[in-house]
Amino acid sequence: MTFKMFWELFQNPIFQITIRSLHISGTATLLSTFWSLPLGMFIGLKSFPGKQFVKGIFNTLLGVPTVALGLILYLLLSTSGPLGFLDLYLTPQAMIIGQALLVTPIVVSLATSAVESVDPKIQDLAKTLGASEVEASLAVLRESMGGIVLAIVASFNRAIAELGVALAVGRNIKGTTQVLTTVIAMEVERPNIEYSIQLVIILLAIVFTVTILTNLLQRRIT
Amino acid sequence: MRWLIKLKDVTKRYGKITALDSVSLEVREKEILTVLGPNGSGKTTMLKIMASIDEPTSGEVFFDGEKVNNGNRGNVRKRSTMVFQKTTLFNTTVYKNVAYGLKLRGYSKEETDEKVKEALELVKLVGYENRHAKKLSGGEQQRVSLARALVLNTKLLLLDEPTANLDPKNVSIIEETISRVNRDFNTTIVMATHNMFQAETLTSRVAVLLGGKMGEIGMPREILRGPSIDLASFARLENVFSGSSKILREGTSIIEVDDGIEVEAAVRQSGKVTVFVRPEDIIVTKSRLFSSARNVFRGKIVEVSDFESVVRLRVDVGKEFVVQITKRSFVEMKLNVGSTVFLAFKASSVHLV
Repeated sequence: MTFKMFWELFQNPIFQITIRSLHISGTATLLSTFWSLPLGMFIGLKSFPGKQFVKGIFNTLLGVPTVALGLILYLLLSTSGPLGFLDLYLTPQAMIIGQALLVTPIVVSLATSAVESVDPKIQDLAKTLGASEVEASLAVLRESMGGIVLAIVASFNRAIAELGVALAVGRNIKGTTQVLTTVIAMEVERPNIEYSIQLVIILLAIVFTVTILTNLLQRRIT
Repeated sequence: MRWLIKLKDVTKRYGKITALDSVSLEVREKEILTVLGPNGSGKTTMLKIMASIDEPTSGEVFFDGEKVNNGNRGNVRKRSTMVFQKTTLFNTTVYKNVAYGLKLRGYSKEETDEKVKEALELVKLVGYENRHAKKLSGGEQQRVSLARALVLNTKLLLLDEPTANLDPKNVSIIEETISRVNRDFNTTIVMATHNMFQAETLTSRVAVLLGGKMGEIGMPREILRGPSIDLASFARLENVFSGSSKILREGTSIIEVDDGIEVEAAVRQSGKVTVFVRPEDIIVTKSRLFSSARNVFRGKIVEVSDFESVVRLRVDVGKEFVVQITKRSFVEMKLNVGSTVFLAFKASSVHLV
């Protein structure tokens, strides 16, 4: 009985689309964090010529329209594009890469300001208590954890809610690249309003749950 | 006597600014050395170089017989700790703050628990383990910083104005802890301060740093009792008065400061003298007290400055006095600019410069 219930749930298209959305946007956020967090920390901690310029670029990119990035990625990845040989067009992987690029400025900018808001003496403090350079940077990271978590959550929310990139490189193919936003857009066109509303509720529920969990987590770590 | 740390012709430049100019200094094992100097004289820079968290632009540093270089700086760093003037705390509990350095050194949970408890006992903060460090009062926060340094039991302890802007209770706990670790654990201590009184009572030697250059080094008596009017002004001594002194029959002296103010001092010296009264030694009352204090003045508050747990008042009694009281007293007495108050201090609180 229980197994049957699970099987039915698993077969349910709404469930599959939701899981795919979580998977693609979650992976994209993690992937982006992998390069954006060290970059944000570097910009926040070090002083180098052109630092303000670099920060300005990332702040400007915060507002990049998803359709613009989607179009660029389409031109690069589509079969006739310069990176067409990678066979990424119309795959979840292309969507992951696209969303990871989309949220990079968010993680970099928010992580930079989180790190910059930490008392600059924390590094000296960690060092005088015996920390190496790396351990001292980790101490700063720990102090800025509230802001870093916020950066990651904001990125995830932006990724799961975006449409432009997912549509441009995924094209809403049933069973492979359909995600919540692309299906909603398509069903509204049809018009299949009731189904769209169900999906919108799920999307909002995900965004709200993630935000609430983050708030609870932030209260625990600070 | 053996030295623990030695600076040889150390110069430190930040861009065009020279913070330290060819400073040489030997700190002896087990001593408390005070570095006296005004703001911007290079005290903090010197301590940071001693703590191996900053490097000299030129010159050499030797720690425990070993020349400090890029290869061993990380290692040497672990044998000293510095407490900063502006209290810096990790955004977590008191326990985790104090345990940070122990964790880096790989101590077990049991050892860490025990050492943290001992350190908190020293600074009288047992029971505060699970409190959030940043929610404590200014004085308690500085005591957490001190415990966090003491727990490591390093050979060298560097203190950058550890009692600046604290109330008298916290100052005395910190001063007591400093002398105790020096006495019981033979910790060598270098302390930067403005406070001449601390330099005199706590330390074995005093070094004067002026404009990044090392001045006199010697016993507190030699340095502080000399012709040191300059020293008094740079050490930001407040309530410094000059006047002519007459010895009274009772054994004290009466000093006629200008503007008709007379101060009685428990010293026997006649002629021209300069004296000072520490702001925290002056009692503030709203009415005239019948007490043993030989000096009582009536005046008006002309300025109030707030320093977290203490308040500094500038009181005009014909001559301006700076007085330090706790914030609680300030609130309870409902004082403000313009309030009339009485200042009282004992003849023995008047010190000769």
